[in-house]
Amino acid sequence: MKRRGPAIIVNLLLVIGAVLTAFPLLWMLSVSFMPTGAASTYPPPLFPAAPTLDNYRELFANHNAGRYMLNSAIVASLATLIALVLNTMAGYAFAKLRFKGRERIFQTLLGALVIPAQVTMIPLFALVKEMGLISTYGGVIVPSLASVFGIFLIRQYALSLPDELLEAARIDGASEGRIFWSLVVPLLQPILVTLAILTFLATWNDFMWPLIVLTDQKLHTLPVALAGLSREHVQDNELMMAGSVITVLPVLALFLALQRYYIAGILAGSVKG
Amino acid sequence: MKRSMAAWWFVGPALIVLGVFFFVPVIGALLMSLTDFDLYALSDWRNLRFIGFHNYATLLQDPLFWKSLWNTLYFVVLGVPLSIGASLGAALLVNSKLGRFRSFFRTVYFAPVVTTLVAVAVVWRYIFHTRYGFLNYSLSGLGIDPIDWMGDPHWAMPAIVILAVWKNFGYNMIILLAALQNIPEDLYEAARIDGASGWQVFRHITIPGIAPVLLLVSILTMTGYFQLFAEPYVMTEGGPLQSTLSVLYFMYEEGFKWWSLGRASAVAFLLFVLMFLVTAFQLRLGRQRGDR
Repeated sequence: MKRRGPAIIVNLLLVIGAVLTAFPLLWMLSVSFMPTGAASTYPPPLFPAAPTLDNYRELFANHNAGRYMLNSAIVASLATLIALVLNTMAGYAFAKLRFKGRERIFQTLLGALVIPAQVTMIPLFALVKEMGLISTYGGVIVPSLASVFGIFLIRQYALSLPDELLEAARIDGASEGRIFWSLVVPLLQPILVTLAILTFLATWNDFMWPLIVLTDQKLHTLPVALAGLSREHVQDNELMMAGSVITVLPVLALFLALQRYYIAGILAGSVKG
Repeated sequence: MKRSMAAWWFVGPALIVLGVFFFVPVIGALLMSLTDFDLYALSDWRNLRFIGFHNYATLLQDPLFWKSLWNTLYFVVLGVPLSIGASLGAALLVNSKLGRFRSFFRTVYFAPVVTTLVAVAVVWRYIFHTRYGFLNYSLSGLGIDPIDWMGDPHWAMPAIVILAVWKNFGYNMIILLAALQNIPEDLYEAARIDGASGWQVFRHITIPGIAPVLLLVSILTMTGYFQLFAEPYVMTEGGPLQSTLSVLYFMYEEGFKWWSLGRASAVAFLLFVLMFLVTAFQLRLGRQRGDR
């Protein structure tokens, strides 16, 4: 056996890194099962002495957690569904259909990627107010309905579709709409999953825009509600950890289930620069 | 032609949405920053007055704006190198053939990226708790006295940096990992035959091999970090003594606490210009290095 030192060091560092990375999430989970006050002791307890679901019960019974969860689910699902349709149609057209100004429009869109969304936020608020969409689901999802990144993602993938296939369908007399729905969409399926999970996670986790536009508490999404709750209940660590768990768990589970597609999206996105 | 007509039906909806909800607001931000847009104007646009560069002039004389600018720059200057360093370290580890269960570790390292920022900020605020937090408990094991992370103006921003590095390093790790895997194996082979040390290999093969990607992730991370908002909102509310008030937080308060929407637009625009300049500067620097 030759030198084992480096192998031991690498594996040790991998484990230390994993412990440091996972600890906050595991501790969050553990503390969420502790009775009120149990986490405000020294030294900080690692595991609940008497595990309880009281914090979760309290969240759903007295703090409307179910409602906020539903709001988050509705907002993220709606945004994902519409963004999927709009971005896919546009991305496909930029890749495979010919129209005047195609390249110029696409370049303009790519150029716009340098503008951070926050620049638009204040005029967007005025605009959304003019449209009567303040404190509505519509108002929250409006900025996520189409994205330059989404269009780019679909376009790059659609470029690899064989032209002969589309031509053959046209010669058979299929309309452009039919070609899209029954030929192109099934072929794009992997990248559609990628776009869907990226959009869903981004809207679920989004904070600043929902905070601004959702003035009615009943419509708050989980992150907005949690931020508000954490300001009122600074000392209730156990309750706050439970609130964090129900906010994080759905997206974490979704990511673990569809990890491959998510990573593919990040790698495709990093090529854009 | 029929086909080009159909194409417009395909791109039209997305372009209209982007136009109305992105491009119009970008121009709107510029125009609004030249007005005294406030609560009265929000209810009736006839109350709107054009005031030229007045917002910009008063902002540049506002000590709180400068404070938020310095805080943001401090966060960027401290946070970006630490983040990139952590990402690179993790990527090298996960890429090493000596490691076992590498895809498992990759998943663990990446997990914080997909978590909700507000939720993990709440968790970290508890970890940073002066008396009951786990960090001070761990530090006490090393003989370090408790630090008032959230209450001491010197420590609040470093605490936020720690959270940001933890939350984000997995993202760049994935991108750097792909870059590392693109370096041809025979380069390493040749270096080994020449008897190069581990450091020499890293310095003369690994780093040049991933340099363009390294520049890219630095720029992406930097533009992301300029947009600091949720962390101080949840953890410190911009305090103590405004030591974690970021530019975006300042904009939020100007806009939605004081309803000076014109002034807030000017803040947004100044931030954008600053980000643009710093990015352009980095790209230039990167290109010069590349030419040599």
